[in-house]
Amino acid sequence: MNDTPARKPTALVIDDEVQLRRLLRVCLEANGYRVVDAAAGQEGIVAAAQSRPDVVILDLGLPDMTGVQVLQRLREWSRVPVVVLSVRDREEDKIAALDAGADDYVTKPFGTGELLARLRVAQRHAQPGPEPGVFRAGALEVDLTARVVRLKGREVKLTATEYSLLRLFVQHAGKVLTHRQILREVWGPRALEQTHYLRVYIAHLREKLETTPAEPRLIVTESGVGYRLMEEP
Amino acid sequence: MSDDRPNPEALLAAIQQREAAQRRGRLKVFFGMAPGVGKTYAMLAAARRERAAGRDVVIGYVETHGRKETDALAEGLPVVPRHELEHRGVRLSEMDLDAVLARRPQLVLVDEFAHTNGPGSRHPKRCQDVLELLAAGLDVFTTLNVQHVESRAEVVRQITGVPIRETVPDTALNGADFELVDLPPEELRARLAAGKIYLPESARTAQEHFFRPGNLSALRELALRFAAEHVGQDVLAYRQAHGIADPWKSGQRLLVAVSPSPTSAALVRWTRRLAGELQAPWLAVYVELPRPLDEPEQSRLARHLALARELGAEIITTTDDDVVRGILRAAREQNATQLVVGKPAGWQALDLWRGGSVLNRLIRESGCIDVHAVRAQEGQTVAARSRPLHFAKPDRRGYLVALGVVAAVTGLNALLQHWLGYQSLALVYLLSVVTLAMLVSRGPTLAAATLTALLWDFLFVKPYYTFWIGGATDVMLFLTYFVVALAMGHLTARLRAQQAAERHREERATALYLFTRELAGAADYADLLAIVIREAGRVFAAEVALSLPEELPGTPPTPYFASTWALGEKEQGVALWAFRHRQPAGRGTDTLPMAEGLHLPLVAGERAVGVLSLRFRAGAPLAPAQREVLDAFVRHIALVLDRERLREAEQQAKLLAESERLSQTLLNSISHEMRTPIAVITGAVGNLGAPTAGGTAGLQQTMVGEIQEAAGRLNRLVGNLLNMTRLESGHVKARPDWCDVADLIQTTLHETGKELARHRLTVDVAPGLPLARLDFALMQQALSNLLLNAAAHTPAGTPVQLSARRDDGGLTLAVADGGPGLPAEVLPRVFEKFYRAPNAPVGGSGLGLSIVKGFVEAQGGRVSAANRAGGGAIFTIWMPPGPPPNVAEEAAS
Repeated sequence: MNDTPARKPTALVIDDEVQLRRLLRVCLEANGYRVVDAAAGQEGIVAAAQSRPDVVILDLGLPDMTGVQVLQRLREWSRVPVVVLSVRDREEDKIAALDAGADDYVTKPFGTGELLARLRVAQRHAQPGPEPGVFRAGALEVDLTARVVRLKGREVKLTATEYSLLRLFVQHAGKVLTHRQILREVWGPRALEQTHYLRVYIAHLREKLETTPAEPRLIVTESGVGYRLMEEP
Repeated sequence: MSDDRPNPEALLAAIQQREAAQRRGRLKVFFGMAPGVGKTYAMLAAARRERAAGRDVVIGYVETHGRKETDALAEGLPVVPRHELEHRGVRLSEMDLDAVLARRPQLVLVDEFAHTNGPGSRHPKRCQDVLELLAAGLDVFTTLNVQHVESRAEVVRQITGVPIRETVPDTALNGADFELVDLPPEELRARLAAGKIYLPESARTAQEHFFRPGNLSALRELALRFAAEHVGQDVLAYRQAHGIADPWKSGQRLLVAVSPSPTSAALVRWTRRLAGELQAPWLAVYVELPRPLDEPEQSRLARHLALARELGAEIITTTDDDVVRGILRAAREQNATQLVVGKPAGWQALDLWRGGSVLNRLIRESGCIDVHAVRAQEGQTVAARSRPLHFAKPDRRGYLVALGVVAAVTGLNALLQHWLGYQSLALVYLLSVVTLAMLVSRGPTLAAATLTALLWDFLFVKPYYTFWIGGATDVMLFLTYFVVALAMGHLTARLRAQQAAERHREERATALYLFTRELAGAADYADLLAIVIREAGRVFAAEVALSLPEELPGTPPTPYFASTWALGEKEQGVALWAFRHRQPAGRGTDTLPMAEGLHLPLVAGERAVGVLSLRFRAGAPLAPAQREVLDAFVRHIALVLDRERLREAEQQAKLLAESERLSQTLLNSISHEMRTPIAVITGAVGNLGAPTAGGTAGLQQTMVGEIQEAAGRLNRLVGNLLNMTRLESGHVKARPDWCDVADLIQTTLHETGKELARHRLTVDVAPGLPLARLDFALMQQALSNLLLNAAAHTPAGTPVQLSARRDDGGLTLAVADGGPGLPAEVLPRVFEKFYRAPNAPVGGSGLGLSIVKGFVEAQGGRVSAANRAGGGAIFTIWMPPGPPPNVAEEAAS
């Protein structure tokens, strides 16, 4: 909200529930989006090609094809940020969508504030431009160029793995990262099942970076899916 | 029998008969003394009356022999087309049983009850077709002459001298109505003379002999008496049902001794007549002797026993090496008062040897039991005595062994005679004979005894190489040797035979005992069926198929997959017949005897619970003794299966009741749980929408808060319902992964923080907890539900403690509260679906804790509830220990 875009961003809503589409339209238009909507997967892909949206809100349960299929088709030609809408108890669906290229997810029923925040993060990461050299969140300061991590101004010693884990989080600040995504980036493609490494190093990072490690506010757990680095802890 | 009360067993039998009769069709027999009395005519006339009364009458099979009057009567009655079949170039037409069954009329006319069906028909005899029609609930009219009644056939043969080939068992007539079609003999003869009686050309002379006036009078009397006796039986059944008098007036029990001898059939019929006259129950006993029966004997015996069974006797087989002892034991065990045995036809030389003839011994030893000795029929006994008594089948191997031993011992004696006297050599021979008796059967032993006596005399007694014996001592010695050797051989062989018989009997008892024990040890139903198939196959050396009906009642049985014999389509048809009619079918029975195997229905009470089919590896039918064991097996299997079926039905009923209760609870609980938040939301929305009330910002705030809370509650309920459904349908699969317990607890608290705001929450996580292997999402849901449960059931302001620690190498997560605790009767049921404690506060679906249980158990853990010593309840989740994760640590850079 600090930088108001010159033109209204376009949001494409792909959801088969008319009531939900109506609600999202009201809510998004009130927050400065132009809204295009589609009631089915095929229709959504066509709409995405025609209206070139800045962000897509995609429901995973569609009548003609699954959300993941829509996502795969979209990703064949577009890098548009996609936020997935899903019901609470299908963690595997969320993970599949994220691994298929979704940028984030919101669980139904959702608060509009939460949805808007996710949309903003997704849009920002999709924008080309130089990465900011220094990341700040609360008392944490990460200087990616100098490879220095400071907490309340004091430098924190991290191991090489801890640092590459933190760097991955910083690069995707505000976005959810699945276990597999993190493991692939930090430990390599052969470590995809080694979740216990991830757990141990997350605990280490929290120990070193969180004010109260037992109640983490910086690196939060997305139950059954992965982790998220909060920008505004 | 002075007891005037109806015998409960007889009453039960009467009731069962009545019940069976209600379902079965009724049989009406138009009964006559001879062909030509007008039975078919009378039957057709009666059928027309029935048809006039509006009943659906069809002709299944009627033979009018082209008589005009009869043809006229048959005119207009619908006819089911006959089943044409060809056998060795001869065209035969029989009643099409299946077509009649498919047509399902109310009444079927089937002529000539005693007719023998052509080869390839389902049943060898038409009366069996009729019984099947009756079993299907169809009424049947049929015709029958007295000469064709099994128990009268012998008498008719004696009267007329004409052998009767086609007979019907007396049991087939049980429960039938009789209409006697009578004609004075003179009129019948007049009709014969007028050519009104159809007779095949070939049989004409014999038949004319049959129609002699004397014969006809006797036959007429016989028919009248049989019909009268039959009516008498009906009266008896009625009296029994109404407790009018003691059922067996005479208090007699007859027992007939049956053997493979061809005379036995006549004995059986004789006994049946006597039993009928005395109105006494009767039994047939067969004493199995140690010596094996050859094939024709076995089949004759099987026929005799089947005859006795058909005529209504109870069959008993027993084993003994002495016929007399066996018969008398059976008679005493069965409380028989009269004994029927065959009168020996000639002088039997060996009777003296055995201690008198069988008959004499029976009479001497029978005590208070009356003995009837019935004369065996001339001409029939010849076959019985044409074979030697003991040398059943030349035991070739035994003779060779005996010959070998004798030769060897003779050689030995030739050597020994240089040192021993010839008398000692006799002892050596004797020793060899006694030893032989222990190895081979009686025949070779006796042969060896004779041979050694002669050899001894010939080779070792002076003068050598002659059979001449010089001194009186030597003659004495020779005779003594001969007698002693024979006696030793005989006695030893007999001892062995006794032992074998004993062993045989024991084997049977043991087989049954082992089978029962095996079945009792079956772990479950599938195991039980597997044992049945395995044991039946082992004991009877057969391939076994077990067919069981599907779940639904009334469906045909299908072969059980573990069967060792894969039933072909044809055999399945036979099995199905056995199942439907609750009667044995296939090989060795009267029904479809051409089948490959024997199909025995497993009958428990009034219904068949399955079919046991056996294909014997030996190919030959079973010996009566084996068949008896098989019958015992089958009875036992039926009982066990029926018990199992009842148990399952009971369980089904229980489940049904339970599911009804559940759905009722579900409806009550869910309707309340869903409607409440919906009511809140609509109410709040109405408030917001009203132009007057929606004014103040504070009220708006409250309304929005209410809506949010109600929506949250609805969302949780739907979540719980969905989780429950997933659990029930088995769709919950834990995906265990290494988890940080502190993280798990933190995430859970983050989710449930709002609902726990009014309680004093403390978290106690033991330091240094290792990673635990569990499904993060499932465990988080379980913990959330425990916390929400604590929040809902304890007063605001009380403490709630969430703790995690290592326990027995595993992980323990506990939620403790400071509420009132759980009443003792609630504790064991607290994790049940939809169970709500009687004093529970309003709200809650009764699902939360059952989901906890489901989710925890899906991960291989356990959950328990208890009351704390200091008050309040504690819910504990325990996860078993897993292998520790291996994480290489690195130093900080």
